[in-house]
Amino acid sequence: MPPYEFNEIVRQTYQVGVRSFTLITVTGFIVGVIFTKQSRPSLAQFGATSWLPGLVSIAIMRALAPLVTALIAAGKVGSSIGAELGSMRVTEQIDAMEVSGTKPFKYLVSTRIIATTIAIPLLATYVGFIAMLGGFLNVHAGEGTSFTVYISQFFDQINFVDFEASLAKAVFFGFTIGVVACYQGYYADKGTEGVGKAANASVVTAMFLVFIEEVIIVQIAGWFR
Amino acid sequence: MQKPKEHIDYNKPMISIRSLKKSFGDLHILRSVDLDLYQGENLVVLGRSGTGKSVLIKIISGLLRADSGSVKVLGEEVTTITEKNLQALRLDIGFSFQNSALYDSMTVRKNLEFPLVRNQKNLTRAEIDTAVETVLDAVGLSQTINQMPSELSGGQRKRIGIARTLILQPKIMLYDEPTAGLDPITCIEINDLINEVQERYKTSSIIITHDLTCAKATGDRIAILLDGQFQRQGTFEEVFDTDDARVKPFYDYNFIQ
Repeated sequence: MPPYEFNEIVRQTYQVGVRSFTLITVTGFIVGVIFTKQSRPSLAQFGATSWLPGLVSIAIMRALAPLVTALIAAGKVGSSIGAELGSMRVTEQIDAMEVSGTKPFKYLVSTRIIATTIAIPLLATYVGFIAMLGGFLNVHAGEGTSFTVYISQFFDQINFVDFEASLAKAVFFGFTIGVVACYQGYYADKGTEGVGKAANASVVTAMFLVFIEEVIIVQIAGWFR
Repeated sequence: MQKPKEHIDYNKPMISIRSLKKSFGDLHILRSVDLDLYQGENLVVLGRSGTGKSVLIKIISGLLRADSGSVKVLGEEVTTITEKNLQALRLDIGFSFQNSALYDSMTVRKNLEFPLVRNQKNLTRAEIDTAVETVLDAVGLSQTINQMPSELSGGQRKRIGIARTLILQPKIMLYDEPTAGLDPITCIEINDLINEVQERYKTSSIIITHDLTCAKATGDRIAILLDGQFQRQGTFEEVFDTDDARVKPFYDYNFIQ
């Protein structure tokens, strides 16, 4: 039902992206480097270090990119949304919005849930790319693998189902983080203590649900693979 | 001195409340409230903390639902109103919150624009700017237009809160503790502003307060909420011309201490 709050959705999506961008870039890169570095000794025992790009691609695309993105977003974006809405609740800003003829649920909650559902898959894709680069630098330094060979081996090991499952996970994670944070903030108890609780519960609950969803989606994706 | 009452039209009730009840669990806040607010009238509601004064105006504005009874606002029964009609009715009700409830992520300009752009989509930029400047001028704070709420004093925040409600030109104003936490001089300024709003915007108002100076300065009629009911109503002098031990402390605390 109109108004569709398009501008607010764009603004919130941008906010979600900007809030997490730096942290996600650094973390994604480190995940790529560390995972490659830690995997090398095991593969080296079998003389199979040439499999590193394939191993990295499976780990990143199937699990790490959406999971790392979701965990960082739950901490950074979830807490921020929980605290923001909680603060608006306890200072009666939400009531003020309601009595001035605006539906706060639609304006504040729906827009944020849509924003996290859009932004987190985009961020997860970006994390996948950055982690792949981190992995390349490590493989290049260790094995002298060229970028072309690395990319070729990276994408040889994954298929479209992997990409779809990864994206689907990120969509669910984004939706979950948005719903949990908005719920905790929107229904925060009175008082400043309530704001802290809302922020904290947003992070803890969202992270817990993200792990549950990870397990379920991995099982479902396994049936199609 | 009693306020002149020629501006009040006693034939036009803006709000009519009958047998209103509201409880929170076992706590019976409003037991059987009857109240009328007439066109052009400033009605002050006095009462101890926790007696349900704020609950009353939240029920009037539809923020809380009554347990039973009738609440008619501008002829609309709020207790059974549809969400769509309530949304429309709210545009005629201005609500000034105790802590101003300014949107702290927006400048003063954006705070004032918000209700306008949300509810009147066809306005031009120039019309919005004019409306913002007019209400800011009405509350005497034109210079704060680009400031953030955190940069304002308590009194300024109250004024901007009132300005934000005035931008929709409501017929009814609900003030929740308008002078709470302010210094005496700022209280006098807020009292004057409430009277100016009544005069300039022809509003009918319910003013919730503990402050008898505010009650005396702004109220055409005073109603005291005791034990979940309005037990004394009248002019300031009529209400406090009593030996009722539940009423006298209000007067004694404010004017003798």
